[in-house]
Amino acid sequence: MEFGFTTAAYVVAAVLFILSLGGLSGQESAKRAVWYGIVGMALAVAATLYGPGMGLWWLSALLIAGGGAIGWVVAQRVQMTEMPQLVAAMHSLVGLAAVFIGYNTHIELVHVQGMDEAARAVVTGFAQTLVHKLEDPQAGALISILRVETFLGVFIGAVTFTGSVIAFGKLAGRVDGKAKKLPGGHLLNATAAIISVVLLVVYLQSGATLALIGMTLAALFIGYHLIMGIGGADMPVVVSMLNSYSGWAAAAIGFSLSNDLLIVVGALVGSSGAILSYIMCKAMNRSFISVILGGFGGTTGPAMEVTGEQIAIDAEGVAAALNDADSIIIIPGYGMAVAQAQQSVSELTRKLRAKGKTVRFAIHPVAGRLPGHMNVLLAEAKVPYDIVLEMDEINEDFPETDVAIVIGSNDIVNPAAQEDPNSPIAGMPVLECWKAKQVFVSKRGQGTGYSGIENPLFYKENTRMFYGDAKKSLDSLLPMID
Amino acid sequence: MKIGALTEVFPGENRVAMTPDSATQLAKLGHSSVIQSGAGAKAGFSDAAYAAAGVEVLPDAAAVIAAADVIVKVRGPDAAELATLGDGQTLISFFWPAQNAELLEAAAKKNLTVVAMDMVPRISRAQKMDALSSMANIAGYRAVIEAGANFGRFFTGQVTAAGKVPPAKVLVVGAGVAGLAAVGTATSLGAIVHAFDVRPEVAEQIESMGASFVFLDFAEQQTDGAATGGYAAPSSPEFREAQLKKFRELAPEMDIVITTALIPGRPAPKLWTEDMVRMMKPGSVIVDLAAERGGNCDLTVPDQKIVTDNGVTVVGYTDFPSRMAAQASTLYSTNIRHMLTDLTPKKDGVIQHNMEDDVIRGATVAHVGAVTYPPPPPKVAAIAVQKPKEKAKELTPEERRAQEVAAFRSQTRSQVGMLAIGGGLMLLAGFYAPSSFMSHFIVFVLAVFVGFQVIWNVSHSLHTPLMAVTNAISSIIILGALMQIGSGSFLVILLAALSVFMAGINIFGGFMVTRRMLAMFQKS
Repeated sequence: MEFGFTTAAYVVAAVLFILSLGGLSGQESAKRAVWYGIVGMALAVAATLYGPGMGLWWLSALLIAGGGAIGWVVAQRVQMTEMPQLVAAMHSLVGLAAVFIGYNTHIELVHVQGMDEAARAVVTGFAQTLVHKLEDPQAGALISILRVETFLGVFIGAVTFTGSVIAFGKLAGRVDGKAKKLPGGHLLNATAAIISVVLLVVYLQSGATLALIGMTLAALFIGYHLIMGIGGADMPVVVSMLNSYSGWAAAAIGFSLSNDLLIVVGALVGSSGAILSYIMCKAMNRSFISVILGGFGGTTGPAMEVTGEQIAIDAEGVAAALNDADSIIIIPGYGMAVAQAQQSVSELTRKLRAKGKTVRFAIHPVAGRLPGHMNVLLAEAKVPYDIVLEMDEINEDFPETDVAIVIGSNDIVNPAAQEDPNSPIAGMPVLECWKAKQVFVSKRGQGTGYSGIENPLFYKENTRMFYGDAKKSLDSLLPMID
Repeated sequence: MKIGALTEVFPGENRVAMTPDSATQLAKLGHSSVIQSGAGAKAGFSDAAYAAAGVEVLPDAAAVIAAADVIVKVRGPDAAELATLGDGQTLISFFWPAQNAELLEAAAKKNLTVVAMDMVPRISRAQKMDALSSMANIAGYRAVIEAGANFGRFFTGQVTAAGKVPPAKVLVVGAGVAGLAAVGTATSLGAIVHAFDVRPEVAEQIESMGASFVFLDFAEQQTDGAATGGYAAPSSPEFREAQLKKFRELAPEMDIVITTALIPGRPAPKLWTEDMVRMMKPGSVIVDLAAERGGNCDLTVPDQKIVTDNGVTVVGYTDFPSRMAAQASTLYSTNIRHMLTDLTPKKDGVIQHNMEDDVIRGATVAHVGAVTYPPPPPKVAAIAVQKPKEKAKELTPEERRAQEVAAFRSQTRSQVGMLAIGGGLMLLAGFYAPSSFMSHFIVFVLAVFVGFQVIWNVSHSLHTPLMAVTNAISSIIILGALMQIGSGSFLVILLAALSVFMAGINIFGGFMVTRRMLAMFQKS
């Protein structure tokens, strides 16, 4: 009876989760979708607490409440610009939880195997499930599969954990964003992976705790080294990849615990993260493999010489051009997020629109450090989302545009992607802002972007550099727009 | 040989084909010159000046014709004039053989050698004798001057104590030699100049002269000027429509319109229609350099200046070069002199009519009793052919269908292959794995599949919320911890409790953040 109820609740929860993900296809339905997710989660937790063999439910409830309170406060306080870090940090929690749960399974398994008949008869909860497996006629195969599942869960969980921590560090600026590798590079990763496979075999045969611990260390190293080797510009892909990993870890744990809902949701999250990564890699015209294996692929020759000089302009000049312009396209990038300039951008947009000018936003699929990062920031600043357009929708309009304003983006507006076959980003679709009559680039200094590539856009004849912190620059511009 | 210049008989023609200067130069080639008395008077060259340059001044045309071997003129002869020429004489002048076929026939019958200055091929070597260009240059300049004379305002914008003067806006249609000359003159006078041409490759030349090129929003690639020897080719009706539409847009703004559009061997295209003239401001001026061939403007009356009801002046003069006879004569006589230089390669006063020479062959329309027009195409291409722009090949419907079918097939093949491999692996697993595992496995595979299907549709801008939601949902792992927390040793309880705690953070944090993000999306 109790079992039936739990399963029924799981089915409902699974459906709700699927609807929740599917509902994100539109801005309006997304608001409903979140509620589906919340209700699904509440249902799942409640059903599990109510379900068979639950002990210490008060402790569980207490811990959920405590954790929930922390999560709530953090989520309330976090700045929208810090969203990428937050998501990465949360992934690390899921990864660590997966490692712990995997270990628990292992401990329980050892524990139950050591019991005699009488003791086995009285155990409850999770141990009981294990006893069922042990007493199954196919016990040998079942235990082997259980070990593989546990092993996988811990492995993926550990990779997710360190990977997310490093990603968090890079996004928060606490770890250098440059792609870095220990001497040995991929060989180290490969060695760690081989060690893990060997330990898997050992663990399968013996069920030795040491094998599990050894593998965990190897996996932690892989997670660390893998993400260290990926440059900051690829962070959107990394975050969604880690998201995917945390899902697969959950699914593996679900297998080892024979919990269908865990499997379903883990698989949903895993596949959605994988697709998101794939979509983003495609947007950057990069092979998924090469992003995961770290940094840019090798270039085939020296990059094109960039000639000319960067011409600076002051706020008066930009304001005059904006006052004269009829159509304006704004291209925000990570620099806008860093400078927290979205409110100023929004204000500028409002003022320009009030004067009857066409103002639109061009968003590159990989602008920022998260997929859709710019959309979120602009939405936060109350920029109406129907003037925020994707690259494909707006790229053709640049030639008819009077002024394009690039705010803190670099690689996504780099003409070298189209003009220089030797450029590391050759072939990556970019926003063709240089086709606009005039381009203003708001930029902190003369340095290169995250990927360290020289940007010929800054040297073009119709480009003027508007140096300075994006927020300050835009704020100085505002009073001059009339 | 004796080169003889005749007085132009065409009424109003002021130019002359020989100047004292050119006669001096001709003498260096071994030629002696004769000229009809008074031939240079209207261009400002007196008989005395010619005589001083060693030219024999003869009283009338008949005397010149009788004395000279080569007759030089500006305008082509009319039938009566042609009849007076002697057999076997050489005539160098404009001739327009395409329009004057009968005259050409008559010339051939008289065994005349006719070198038509208008037929000089447009190759670099022949530029020095390209009389059309030198005349067009003058016409372009004069057109602006003529426009200025009829325009009541300054060309340049000025801010004076007596008020602000806006600059004149000038549109030049057709950027050939005349057009470019007009552009240059108008810009140097301070006007804002726009120029249009059907040949997109001249945009650069226009811009180099200081005008802006009027771009047409038209997809069809115009014929490259190189294919037609640097001249414009007739355009398609659609192109013409697009062109007229653009002109209609521009008409109300323009103060001065100078049209120079000519297509070789055809009447001038009508580009400035009556309604455009009506749209123009009173006081505006249209100068139609194509008036002689019917005019680019509907209202053009050849050889006359008219003022329309709405006060627009339309200048239809056909004799712009003649209005600057001194300049035109100097340039034209130099062209003639260069032609004679080529005809006298040894500079010994003996003309060798080398029909193998591209330039001479091209310009010669009648020779030793035969019509030699039209000439064969020159051996040297006039203008380097522009590299054709690479264009994606238009696929025919059949090809496209074939491609689609092929794509469909390969898709089917890969899908079937994947299914077969996946199915095979699945069966293999099912063969060994216990059934309880398989039941979970099916759930897993289906869930992955559902995930793939669902996520493809998520809109791009919602990727961050999606990530936050999936992050929150991935804390479903709390179920595992909850299942374990109730059983076993202290260590298990501790680890499970930690997991529950962390997952708890994630659940609330994740959903909260998602809600915050989504709440921000709003329509204006």
